[in-house]
Amino acid sequence: MPPAATLARLVLIEARRGGLPWLAGTCIAAGIGLALFLSQVALTESRELQVAIVAAWLRACAVFLVAAHVATRTLREIDDKVLELMLALPLGRPSLYLGRLAGFAACGALLAAAFAAPLVLWAPPGPVLLWGLSLACELALVAAAALFFAMTLVQPVPAIAATAGLYLLGRSIAALQALAGGGPLADDSIAGTLARGAVGAVAFLLPRLDAATRSEWLLYGAPSASAYAAVIAGLVLYAVVLAAAGLFDFARKNL
Amino acid sequence: MTRVPGWILGLLAASLAAQIAWQARPAAHLAAQALPPAPRPEVLRLAAVGEDAAAARLLMLYLQGFDVRGVDYRRLTAWLRAALALDPRSAYPLFAAARVFAETPDPAASRIALEFIYQEFARDPNRRWPWLAHAALLAKHRLNDLPLARRYAAAIQRQATSPDVPLWARQMEIFILEDMNELEAARILLGGQLEHGGIQDPNERRFLEQRLRELEQRVK
Repeated sequence: MPPAATLARLVLIEARRGGLPWLAGTCIAAGIGLALFLSQVALTESRELQVAIVAAWLRACAVFLVAAHVATRTLREIDDKVLELMLALPLGRPSLYLGRLAGFAACGALLAAAFAAPLVLWAPPGPVLLWGLSLACELALVAAAALFFAMTLVQPVPAIAATAGLYLLGRSIAALQALAGGGPLADDSIAGTLARGAVGAVAFLLPRLDAATRSEWLLYGAPSASAYAAVIAGLVLYAVVLAAAGLFDFARKNL
Repeated sequence: MTRVPGWILGLLAASLAAQIAWQARPAAHLAAQALPPAPRPEVLRLAAVGEDAAAARLLMLYLQGFDVRGVDYRRLTAWLRAALALDPRSAYPLFAAARVFAETPDPAASRIALEFIYQEFARDPNRRWPWLAHAALLAKHRLNDLPLARRYAAAIQRQATSPDVPLWARQMEIFILEDMNELEAARILLGGQLEHGGIQDPNERRFLEQRLRELEQRVK
């Protein structure tokens, strides 16, 4: 087995021993409980209400679990000098970094599969599969972001906050652009133009997470193949950007 | 347990009791509160962080908590419009407007809700015609405004052109002009929707059947 694959396997074992499956199970149970409650209060569209809210809940839980798990595990390795021990092994820094990232991404994929499974109760299997695959890619991106920030900032709270900030900005940048656009009442002053330009510039540096893992796919059917491929390509591309940034930072670090 | 000092146990018990007592105070019920002005759909979209479909439906659960008798209908329809902007394919805002909010005893408020349905119908007539059909019945039987009912019926005839729209709905104006009471008309409307598979949600079916029973009691 290549060293990077061994590292990935170790990350998965660590996740299992760290109680991640129990947390995931609790999130799924809470989601099903929420769905049962919602089915009692909806006047119409009870299935749609259940699937939309449960999908949003599970997506948020998955992102939080992956971000917190990656950041805390990475920082624990740094604090316990495990990282320094691994650097003493006959293993290149890129293999070390990418092996651990692959482990975290695999962990995210397993979580995505577990979180997509209960949605089959309310939505057809095809769209659920696409939703789950998109969530797996989204979680790989989150894992790459959390690993990058944990290695760079070397503190748990700033690392988790930076990952959450990047994720929430990615989810809301399209809405921010629509707000900055102002519609027919748009401010044509220099300040207004500068504000729109600044939001547009930030958008170039962010992933379009609002287009990924959409609840609408579960409600109204799968997107077109080209639209779906564009979403997945965008997620993978941004995960690669974050991995490259992390590799750059790790390679230049004096450890 | 025995190693924990008694004053810490006392503090824990007292603070927990105080918390329960604090939360047990009578709180203002949502229905008694004033509905705040609706935000712009862009602001709601920002708050929804990409989960527009979930936000639109949560918004409807929030709105259905208000008592229709005390609510400002201009604000209410602005909220309903915002929910529709978040998820234009959701039937919930128009269902609530037609079956809950437009059935208020206040004729002025009812007209605002009916006008909202009429305006939103025009954006997607083939999907939204059942709510305007109900609005036409309300205009005729509750508001006793036949010209308004005919305007709504004519709009359905003119704009709902999909083959999925049943024949009686495409001849809505004749249906409105027929000399039948509200119960008969409501039975035909509900029966037609059930027959064409327009009502698949069990909660919606239960709610509409309950409304029909209430109407039967009122007519008796």
